[in-house]
Amino acid sequence: MTAKVEKVEDIEIRLLLDAIYRRYHYDFRSYAMSSVRRRLRQARTDFDCATISALQEKVLHDPDMMPRMLGYLTVQVSEMFRDPSYFLAIRKKVVPHLATYPSLKVWIAGCSTGEELYSLVILFREEGLEERTLFYATDINRDALAQAEAGVYDIDRMRQFTENHRLSGGSTSLSDYYQTGYNRCVLDKTLRRNVVFSDHSLVTDQVFGEMHLVSCRNVMIYFDRDLQDRAVGLFRDALPRSGFLGLGAKETLRFSHHAAAFRDFVPDDRIYQRIGS
Amino acid sequence: MTGTPQKAVIIGASAGALEALSAILPDLPADFACPVYVVVHVPPHSRSVLAQIFSAKCQLPAVEVSDKEPVAAGRIYFAPPNYHMLIEDEGHVALSSDAEVLFSRPSIDVAFESAADVWGEGLTGIILTGANHDGAQGLQAVVAGGGVAIVQDPATAYASAMPEAAIASCPQARVMSLAEITSYLKGACA
Ligand SMILES: C[S@@+](CC[C@H](N)C(=O)[O-])C[C@H]1O[C@@H](n2cnc3c(N)ncnc32)[C@H](O)[C@@H]1O
Repeated sequence: MTAKVEKVEDIEIRLLLDAIYRRYHYDFRSYAMSSVRRRLRQARTDFDCATISALQEKVLHDPDMMPRMLGYLTVQVSEMFRDPSYFLAIRKKVVPHLATYPSLKVWIAGCSTGEELYSLVILFREEGLEERTLFYATDINRDALAQAEAGVYDIDRMRQFTENHRLSGGSTSLSDYYQTGYNRCVLDKTLRRNVVFSDHSLVTDQVFGEMHLVSCRNVMIYFDRDLQDRAVGLFRDALPRSGFLGLGAKETLRFSHHAAAFRDFVPDDRIYQRIGS
Repeated sequence: MTGTPQKAVIIGASAGALEALSAILPDLPADFACPVYVVVHVPPHSRSVLAQIFSAKCQLPAVEVSDKEPVAAGRIYFAPPNYHMLIEDEGHVALSSDAEVLFSRPSIDVAFESAADVWGEGLTGIILTGANHDGAQGLQAVVAGGGVAIVQDPATAYASAMPEAAIASCPQARVMSLAEITSYLKGACA
């Protein structure tokens, strides 16, 4: 390919991400550029800035901007039992292995507003594993973590959640786990009994313990390939032999530097098992 | 017909997509010199079968992409259900689970805009049949990037709203029948 002149907007984006890193220590410098471009263009329009450089000035000089920028740079879209077949596969194929351990640790990396976490807690309760399990729910977006910890969802989302839960092989009724009022559903707080919420970045932080299952869905799609390798490296280190890693429906380890450390466990649902040392 | 030899093709279609794509993709020769990205509105909670259908009918291999799928000339890449497909660089796509755009995920606009960023004047963007306005803005981005914009003649489309909206927002677009689009592609991407 001929050497290309970098577009001005791309230069501005790189400078902005660098500024955010130096000023606020959030590191988006290796996120997938196509998504970052799109989200920052939205932010530029919403904050009435003529250029990304103008946006950068605001971000640098107004600390209140950073939490709002996080809303653009991270994507908070989630669903309980999203892709029911994933949770069905956890239930039918992963749980029987996990049931052989006296105590369990599960890491939901990039848990967003908690839907994936609560799906797994409910599933583990249904399968009789909850009491021996410690769940770590991590994300870099503190607003999202606070919502995850609150466990309150709009009532109009429950129909989809309930249908998903049923398709995931749920043996109970989702309505057993929440109370409704003011058009909202408040999840039973006992679901949080064994959950630790924590601000943790797959980009800048390290592994914090040995896990039996890591579920990291639709988080690494926002990373470039090098950063994906870093994150998968963390999961490789967190998982002992025969530990499990679950990804989003269209994510794969096929292109990863660490592919050889895992084997396909349920290929259709992107569940992998750690092999080797 | 076109000054710059084309390096990539992106196609967006909705209602009536299967027939329209069937009139184009199977005719592309095995040595087709561009990658072909295809965004079709498919229901979010289904397993899409488009890639299977077209790999059976086409001379070019067709896949439904995973995140960071490597991309090469002479292959067809379908956006998966329930994700946006973005063109990350000349050799890869990236997926995103951002909110729906114009009630669609995958969104044609999102894919076209990202393709225009990466491929610029080497890109041909094509809007086919459909019953909504997705793609109109994306096609504008293709033109703004110096690429070639083509729209299926609404009179020949199963659903005319999408090509009509694309023409309205993008008057520079060439309006063609499916047969004309196919022969244009064979000429421009040889
Ligand atoms: C689309 S949501 C995925 C939610 C959930 N896992 C699911 O699949 O439904 C992506 C989440 O990844 C989080 N995230 C982005 N970068 C991260 C990082 N470096 N470390 C940890 N989480 C991150 C975002 O804040 C967001 O909550």
